[in-house]
Formats: sequence, structure tokens, C-alpha cells
Amino acid sequence: MKVALTLRINGEARDVIAPVHKTLLEVLREDLGLTGTKHGCELGECGTCTVLVDGTPVLSCLTLPVEVQDREITTIEGLARGGELHPLQVAFTELGAAQCGYCTPGMLLAAKALLDRNPAPAREDVSAWLAGNLCRCTGYLKILEAVELAAARARGDAPQPTGDGGPPAARVPQRSGGAS
Amino acid sequence: MTAGGGPRFIGRPWARVDGPGKTTGEARYADDLVLPRMLYGKLLRSHLPHARIVRLDTSRARALPGVHAVITGRDLPVRFGIMPTSQDEEALCLEKVRYVGDPIAAVAALDEETAERACEAIEVEYEPLAPVMSIEEAVAETSVRVQEHGDGPVPNVHKNVSLEFGDVAQGFAQADHIREDVFFFQGNTHLPMEQHSAVAQYDAAGRLTLWTSSQTPHYVHRALAKVLGLPMSRIRVIATPVGGGFGGKSDPFSHELCAAKLAVATGRPVKITLTREEVFYAHRGRHPVLMWLRTGVRRDGRITACHIKTFLDGGAYGSYGIATTYYTGALQTVTYKIPAYKFEGTRLWTNKPPCGPKRGHGTPQPRFAIEAQMDKLAEDLGLDPVAIRLANATEPFTRTVNHLRITSNGLRECIERVAEASGFRAKHRRLPFGRGVGLAVSTYLSGAGLPIYWNDMPHSEVQIRVDRGGGVLVSCGAIDIGQGSDSVLAGIVAEVLGLAPSEIGLVTADTDLTPIDLGSYSSRVTFMAGNAALEAARKMRELLVAAASAHLEVEPDGLVVGDHRIHAAAQPERGVTFPEAAALAEARFGTLVTVGSYRPPRLAGPYKGSGVGPSPAYSFSAAVVEVAVDPATGEVRPQRVWIAHDIGRAINETLVIGQIEGSVYMALGEALMEEQVFRKGLHKIPSMLEYKSPTFLEMPPVETILVVTDDPEGPFGAKEAGQGPLLPVIPAVANAVYDAVGVRIDEVPITPDKVLAALDQAARGGVGRVGPRRVPPFRFRDPIKVEPPAGWSVPWRRGLPVAGGAPGLPDDLPTGTAPSDARPRDREAPEEP
Ligand code: FES
Ligand code: FES
Repeated sequence: MKVALTLRINGEARDVIAPVHKTLLEVLREDLGLTGTKHGCELGECGTCTVLVDGTPVLSCLTLPVEVQDREITTIEGLARGGELHPLQVAFTELGAAQCGYCTPGMLLAAKALLDRNPAPAREDVSAWLAGNLCRCTGYLKILEAVELAAARARGDAPQPTGDGGPPAARVPQRSGGAS
Repeated sequence: MTAGGGPRFIGRPWARVDGPGKTTGEARYADDLVLPRMLYGKLLRSHLPHARIVRLDTSRARALPGVHAVITGRDLPVRFGIMPTSQDEEALCLEKVRYVGDPIAAVAALDEETAERACEAIEVEYEPLAPVMSIEEAVAETSVRVQEHGDGPVPNVHKNVSLEFGDVAQGFAQADHIREDVFFFQGNTHLPMEQHSAVAQYDAAGRLTLWTSSQTPHYVHRALAKVLGLPMSRIRVIATPVGGGFGGKSDPFSHELCAAKLAVATGRPVKITLTREEVFYAHRGRHPVLMWLRTGVRRDGRITACHIKTFLDGGAYGSYGIATTYYTGALQTVTYKIPAYKFEGTRLWTNKPPCGPKRGHGTPQPRFAIEAQMDKLAEDLGLDPVAIRLANATEPFTRTVNHLRITSNGLRECIERVAEASGFRAKHRRLPFGRGVGLAVSTYLSGAGLPIYWNDMPHSEVQIRVDRGGGVLVSCGAIDIGQGSDSVLAGIVAEVLGLAPSEIGLVTADTDLTPIDLGSYSSRVTFMAGNAALEAARKMRELLVAAASAHLEVEPDGLVVGDHRIHAAAQPERGVTFPEAAALAEARFGTLVTVGSYRPPRLAGPYKGSGVGPSPAYSFSAAVVEVAVDPATGEVRPQRVWIAHDIGRAINETLVIGQIEGSVYMALGEALMEEQVFRKGLHKIPSMLEYKSPTFLEMPPVETILVVTDDPEGPFGAKEAGQGPLLPVIPAVANAVYDAVGVRIDEVPITPDKVLAALDQAARGGVGRVGPRRVPPFRFRDPIKVEPPAGWSVPWRRGLPVAGGAPGLPDDLPTGTAPSDARPRDREAPEEP
């Protein structure tokens, strides 16, 4: 059975006709061409498919579009505003928090939800918040640093990046700490 | 001409060039591709570990509406495999299935659901065969045969190797103390976040294009040509950004061949994306290895002889297994001066998914064994773990007893600095019960010295084109799997041309558009593609400088290239911008294209099997792990990791540290929780929830120390970072557990139940050890006896001045493309890979 739906995604209203059992992940990727949302298991185990619904992270592979009809959905394509990258996107690039980049969209959206709630999270808060998002490349440490750098910049506690991505930009500390 | 004011990027931290695409959702991975009229493919896989296919009927599947094609083994009968000597895989099994997950048929349909229903509609009748499920069974079995090919002396032996270097009997006779230990390293898998995916298109002109998440598009290209019977010139393979590889996307896979065949059959594009469960069965991950290790030492800790036996559980197909087998014996001698060394190894066939290369390829298992044993030897002799390693550490610019050539070598500095940073000496044996520290060292290749199939051509090639607007386009077959190869290429070219890496255009991993790179495996890309890029960039700089020189009337030697300009060193205002220089050069020379290529020096020793192990340079690492062990639960919690890595020189410090942290993470997963285990041929835990891997909460802080040794043949002195740092961490955990609670877990992973069992045993007056007791009786070949190279442990040259981490570059930038006295004279390559 197919249903006709209107979804509000990244500030736009989008009409879709899709089978009722099709997941939000599938509708985003296949019906709406929003392939920035990734999948690693399609069973709710890895966090890769995270999107925001009214600012709260949800696993799009476990969500049915009918459940989120009247809510505001944010995907990775909607994180940058008017061509301006979100501070998290800048910090992730700068510090190498995205390696293969596959976990990155989900990670960024989950991190945004955290910073929207808590602009100055302690490292343990970031670790606990993101614990459902797996990453096989980074060992998580650069992600923690990037979230902290983005948060500090948003608070005005850290200098803004310098432009060409070169050395004068953020100095990567040789000592890096995770959750202990 | 000189570079102006020292390097702007090399050796420093900078932003990776693919960051913007990967943080905005713009990067297009294989499964993101959608082509007009595209069909979806699915594979039907065996649910039995070992069976003959008696009947295969696809007629019901073909009749389903929406099904466009169904193919079976008859449609793709040509066998393939990554190693020339192991052409044992069928895209779809013809007569027999050898593991749960072995593909039998493939379907292309309008959508995935229809394709799935079609798979269910295929009727298969099997005659089950007795499965061979373990190393012990494979060694003991005399009638059931998993594979048709093998190396004897019993049916399920894929490879049987025995090599002896120097006089091992005499070495043991000279020892003051000898230990024998047995270890087991359980298999584990890569678990890339991205599921494998491939899209194939066969156009009206008869050309096949395959987009695929592959670390080795060139080898996929060769396999497609062979299996589909098309010339390579009619096939184009494009590797899409790889969402995690770690070795797991280095083989040509059935789904790639089937997508291609289905595209040919239907005339429509076909996509096949594996499910997560299929990824677990596709595997090619870490081999389970059972090891017996005997080492003799003098009272001062110096090794007199070493003898290792390894038994690899290979699974059902060859994959990289021959190389893996040799790797279990190859690199022990690169960290320690071992004057007499014997290696016996065998890879066995079992009815499980084939094992292959995972980060460290065949070397983490014996590294675990030798580093755990070094700790035991130190304790036996009353030495500390640092001292025994320093007593045996190899020197720069020496050879090993098994004919490997070592160039730059920062092992000693790695050991000393990591011991210092961690306070190892103050902590070891002095922390309260339940807390402990462990030390281990390791080495890894900066690229395999030999290609997978024998040929004389370069391993890496780069082409640079500069257009009249000053745009720079770098083309190279290298594929970025997250390790940062795009950034390495852009960084090297940018540095030489005085630009920023983010300004360099890149075309990569497209067999139509890019010159060759053999692939992102064996930690080879920075070293090899980096050297090719350096050569091409220097040639381009010469053209630009020559044109600028004529225009400015300044000798080339008096010009500086830097920060988007070429100008007189003495008068900075007398110069041209980069685009001006490009226009002048194009007017003078025509199309501005330069190329560079890299082929490693011929380093293989004079014996069969010497092709595995040589590398133009080795990285070295040392790690200390501090753990807390809960004696009530057996849980091991890493508290902090210190790791020193001899990188040669970092091309990009941010990326190097990222590779090291990722390696530490993956090692902790392998050390403590990850296992690829089977019950009656079924994977016990084929899901991301049950296959435990570390999350944010399990990741301890990591302190990284980069040791700079400026390798004379690496691009800007660089060596590898992607695999080596994984190796020492696993045994360092094991050694730390012993330091914490006094029990030896000689088996990886070190799970709470094993720790509890050992503690319980110790409490009841036992030795407090969990691990295998013996290896099965097995007849290895008579050893090939090889004389060590003359004067192997004596340095043949002194290193270049070590820059000690200072940001200045030596005047003559080291490069692998310039002749170097570090190269021995050419030798004929051996027949082994
Ligand atoms: S795809 Fe893994 S949680 Fe949704
Ligand atoms: S960056 Fe590759 S999985 Fe996180």
C-alpha cells in the first residue's frame, strides 16, 4: 500500500508517494535524492543514518515517514545555512575528524543536537551523547576535539579558522584525550 | 631555484582536501549513485557450509514480473582470485559451495524487493558434505577436501612453507635460556561502516563501466576482463570514495562481477549493494592463527635464535592467503636482530568465509606472540621490558637475516620516548593490583616491494596538467579510502608548486582517466604515489621556472617558488604570479603536462618466498598501554595509550595522527572484544550490535609521538602510518594485563571470561594462564636453507641528518625517484608474490 505524504525537510515541503513500510532512510535517499544520509546496517545498530527530527537525533532506518509528517526534518544537506558551513563542518574538516567520511553525516547531526542543547559540553558529555554512532576510522578522538572546537568557536572562546586550510589554522595538539 | 622559506604544508597539520565534500553529504559513495533505467541486483547465497549443488532451477524466478535477468555459475564459468597462484573463486558457484554465504545465483530486477523475492524463488537442491571447521580438523582430515588445489601433505593445506636462515641449531646451542610458548589469535573482521556496493553499466557501444567501493580498482579491472572475457580496453573501473576499507575491499568480489554480467545481459545499469550480514560473510579479514614460538637468549637478553610455526585458518578460498602465510614469518627480524631464524607456516582450508588482508596483514598475529614472549623472557632473565627490546633492536641501514633491507629506523627512539612519556619504568611492576602497564614494539612496510602479479612496470604513476589559467589537475589511480591519499597527492604537488593543497584539482582511481596506482593496500600509497607525484611536480616546477626565468631575466637558480608566485630571491617584487608563469610556460612549451612514476628498488632475497616482506622502507612503532583490570568481572579497561611512531616525516601531521589514533582504536577492539566466530558454519554474530567494537565510551586517551627520521627514499622523507601503529598495541594490552593481575592471556581477544578463568586458576595454585597448550602434529616441508646476507647487521651507511621534527626541509629533498646508494644492485625477482 502506498501513501501520499508531505515531509518538511531542510526547510522545504516535499511531496512523496511511497509504500507505507518504506523507511525514512529509503525515502530520503531513493525518493528525494538526499543521498547524504548514509546507512551501515539498516537495523538501528550503527547510528550512521542519523537525521534530526525537530532537533532530536533519530535513526532514519527505523523511522517511518508517516511518523514524522508534520515535523521538521534536518539532513546533512541542511546543516550548512545559505552556503555557510556549520562550525561543526568546518572543525571536522580542519581536524581530520572525517576520514572515510561515511559516519560523518550522522555524527555531525548528532553533535549539532548536542551543541544546541549544551553549548559547553564536557568531554564525557560528548562521548556519552555520541556513543550510539560508530566510527571505524578515527578512534573517535578527532571527533571529540572537533566537537569541542566547534563549540568553543560558537561561544567565541576559540579563534576562527584562517582560510586555506593550511598550517596557521588550528594546531592539532599532540596530546589528545578521550573518555577516561 | 629553491622553495621559499621552508615547507608550508609538509610536516605540519593541515585540513584534508576531501573534508568539505565529506562533511556536507556531497561526497558520492557507490550506493549513492543512481543511473537512468537502473536495475537492482541481489545474490542468492548458500546456507550450507559445504555441499554439492545437485539441482539449480531458476525458471520460477525468471517468470516473476519485474525480474530482468537471472544468472548462475554457467554464465560466469571463468575462475579468478587476487593472487595469480590462487585462481580458485567463481563469481557464482558451479558445482559446490564451500562456506555459508558462497554465492550461487544473481538476479537483476526493477527494485530490491523484487530481486529478493526472485532469489527466494530459485530452487536449489544440495547434497551436504562434511564441513571442515577448524585448524585442528583441517590438519587431521584425510578424506574431505574443501578445495581442489593445495600444497600437501594432507588434503586441506593451501600453503606449506619452511625457511631457515642461518644456523638455528647452533643459535639455540648458544642460548643461556630458551622459551617455548603457544599463542592463538582469533580472527576478526574489518567492519567498514560502508557496505560494499557496485554499479555497472554496459553502453550501446559495448563498453563496460563499473563504479565500485574498492581499494584496488586495478585488480578489479583485471578480474572483470578475465571473467567476462572482455579486453581491458573496453572496461572502465571507477573507485568511488571508499567508506572504510581496512583491507576488506581489496579483493575482486562476486557482486562486482555479477553486477557487470547482469548489466551486459540486460543492457541496463545494475546496482548491487551488500547487506550488513553479507558484509560479515564477504569478510577477507584477519586470519585466526595458532602459533608456536621458540626463542633462545643470552643472559643479557640478546636473541641467539628464533623458530616460529604458524597455522592459519584460511577459510574456503585463497584470497591473499599465500602472502598472508609468508607475512606471519617475515617481519619479526625487522625489529629484532635475530641471527638464526626458522619459519614454518601453513594455511589451511576450512568451510568458512575466506580470510584475507586486514590492517597489518598477517603480521599482527606473530607480533602479538613475539612481544608477549619478549615480556616473558625479560621476566625470566630479570630484565625490564624496555631493556630486552633495546638489547635486540635493529639499527638503521642494515639488513636482516632473511634478506630484508632496512633504511631509516627510529625504533630505538620510539622505545625510549614512549617509555619516557608513559613513565613506564616507574609504573611497571609498581602499580597496585588491578593496574598495569605493558610495552610492545613493531614495524610495517611502506608498500609491498613487489606487485601482486609479476611485471616490470611502475607501481604508481601521476600526471599533472597546468592550464593557462593557473589551474593544476593531478591525475592518479590512487583511491582515498579515508587514509588521506587525495590529501597526500595534493599536498606534495602544492608544496612543490607553491600553492595550497585545497587549490589542487584531483582526478583519481578511474582506469580511463588516471595512470596506474596499484591500490590502497600494504600502506603503499604515500610512499609510492607520493614519490610519483613529487617527480611530476618537480618537472612541472622546472617548466614554470624556466619560463619565468626567461621572462624575468633572472637565472633559474636565483628564483624562488612559493606562495602563488615565482620571484627573484634577491628582489621579491621582481616576479610573476602562478597563473602568469603558467601562461608563459604554455607559450614556450605547449601543453603543460608532466608525469612521474615510481617503481620500488628490487629488494627480494635469493630464495623462493622472498617476494613477501621487502619494502622500500619500514615504519617502526612502540606503544605503552595502561590498563585497569577488574578482578571481580575480568573486565579490562585501557586507561591511556602512549604511542611513538617513526613516520620518516609526516606529509600531513593531522592525517598521520588520525591514522595512528584509528590504528590504536582498531587494535583495542581486536585485543579486547572483536571476533569473527562460527557455529556450524554460521557466523555467530553477524550484526553490528553483537559483533562488539569499541564506541566513544571505550576509547581511552591516546598520546602520539611522531619520530622523524627522514627516510632517504620516501617522498619528503615520508613512510607509512596507516597500519604499523596497530601492531604494538595488541601485545601491549596483553602485557599490561599481566602486569595488572599476574595472569597471562596468550589468546586474543582478551575477554573477561578468559581473565576470570586465569585468575581463578591462579587462585587455585595454577599458573594463571589462558591460551592454547600445543599445536597439532603437522609435517612442514623440509626447510629451504638460506645463508644470511654477509655483514647483515652492520650498517652500510649513515643516515641523512635527522631533522628531529624541525620544520625545515633538507636542501636536497629526499626522493625515491633519485638514485640512492641505499639500493643494492638489481636482482632477479623470485617467483613467489
Ligand atoms: S543504518 Fe545503522 S542505525 Fe540506521
Ligand atoms: S570516518 Fe570512516 S567511519 Fe568514521
